[in-house]
Amino acid sequence: MINIMEVTETNKMVEKENLDVRTITMGINLLECASPDLKSTCDNIYNKITTLAKDLVKTGEDIAREFGVPIVNKRISITPISLVGGACCKTSDDYVEIAKTLDKAAHTVGVNFIGGYSAVVSKGMTRSDELLIRSIPKALKETELICASVNVGSTKTGINMDAVKLMGEIVKETAHLTKDNDSIGCAKLVVLCNAPDDNPFMAGAFHGVTEDDAIINVGVSGPGVVKYALESVRGESFEVLCETIKKTAFKITRVGQLVAQEASKRLGVPFGIIDLSLAPTPAIGDSVADILEEIGLERAGAPGTTAALALLNDQVKKGGVMASSYVGGLSGAFIPVSEDQGMIDSVEAGCLTIEKLEAMTCVCSVGLDMIAIPGDTKATTISGIIADEAAIGMINQKTTAVRVIPVEGKGLGETVEFGGLLGYAPIMPVNQFDCSAFVNRKGRIPAPIHSFKN
Amino acid sequence: MKKCVITVVGKDTVGIIAKVCTYLAESKINILDISQTIVSGYFNMMMIVDIANTTKSYDEILENLDKLGEGIGVSIKCQKEEIFDMMHRI
Repeated sequence: MINIMEVTETNKMVEKENLDVRTITMGINLLECASPDLKSTCDNIYNKITTLAKDLVKTGEDIAREFGVPIVNKRISITPISLVGGACCKTSDDYVEIAKTLDKAAHTVGVNFIGGYSAVVSKGMTRSDELLIRSIPKALKETELICASVNVGSTKTGINMDAVKLMGEIVKETAHLTKDNDSIGCAKLVVLCNAPDDNPFMAGAFHGVTEDDAIINVGVSGPGVVKYALESVRGESFEVLCETIKKTAFKITRVGQLVAQEASKRLGVPFGIIDLSLAPTPAIGDSVADILEEIGLERAGAPGTTAALALLNDQVKKGGVMASSYVGGLSGAFIPVSEDQGMIDSVEAGCLTIEKLEAMTCVCSVGLDMIAIPGDTKATTISGIIADEAAIGMINQKTTAVRVIPVEGKGLGETVEFGGLLGYAPIMPVNQFDCSAFVNRKGRIPAPIHSFKN
Repeated sequence: MKKCVITVVGKDTVGIIAKVCTYLAESKINILDISQTIVSGYFNMMMIVDIANTTKSYDEILENLDKLGEGIGVSIKCQKEEIFDMMHRI
């Protein structure tokens, strides 16, 4: 039978070390909602979401109360809307109508976010993909709970550079349209390479076409728990360090597995995957950067950071894989700048640059995340940043992403406040040299060769 | 059988166990196991209980225990046992 030490350990993780289940995300297939008529498509979408997800929030709250573990977010991911709206949307404004419907449905069921205002254009863009992409700035301006994402490349297809170029412009336009709120629209827009179909985390969540009609995916968290566990092994060998991370990851993931099974049973929706990610929040002690410091770096960004992060990410997976029956999604340590107090401190101390963050994304998920950059950064420069990240993903067969916020009207030395889980961020400098001739070439970067790995 | 874990943490005082046990008896909650320690003056108790035959709803139990704890000056939590089993048993 369970003993008092084990009970105390679990409760300490929740009460003092910020252990939580970050999100229960219900994936919903909307393909059957498509019709040639915009209004009936919107009605179908609204009805399907509000029927399937009507008990999602309450179920999440019940589970949290009964087991004594906080479940921070309840979310919905949906079929990429460019596929659903293809038949009925003749203009970008038609897509904005669908966005408003999604926003209304999200409000009705009470979820925190709905992700899947998306297009998957890793090789080419259809007319409807392009209409959706061009509608993103307005959709994000006129809605509250929508998250948009565009997949611009994959290891199998290469990188769609026309989409990369377009996304640089779309990010800028989104920043402009939401300039009154520190360009916050860009915090809900992510550009991916190798996007997974079952990701429960925003802003990149969508319900891929390989999925069931509805599914429950769960994202666990707990950087604080790992950090506290590592405090007890200071100065020990790498073997002890790695074992400690693995054991902790196992325990954290088991909580996610339990919550996912319960939610799946109570909602009558199959269990999909557990996403084994260490997701930080701006709360003190809930930081991935703090773990890196505990491993032995003065600050995140110091030499050794990439190696420490690689080690951390790998051990979290090794511990987590055994704790869960199905693992998927992004599964890796997140290194968003604005959502991690330790990362913010490192940037402010001059220790962490975009270039170092880019190196870190080679060994962890997911990419350049929640980075505020000067508002006068050129669209082609943003496209260049996106292309670099996509190339890392394409060559290394991993998911990578870019979520940068060119904060209109702000420059170096200023700070931007997003609030809530999105946190705040100092504006980071961007390399000023030009890449427009590269970005403006037409076409795509071919898929990479899968041999001669060097 | 529906097992739950009740934890009581707070400053040690006379009659904590008596009050909690009285409430559980009144609510037809069966106690399966109790362990208790004092760590630096702080009272730490864990009970494994069976709520299968209780007359009250789960939410009611949580609320009552919360109020009871407030009265004694301790914090009382009740959680379903699976969370601990999942985390500490393979």
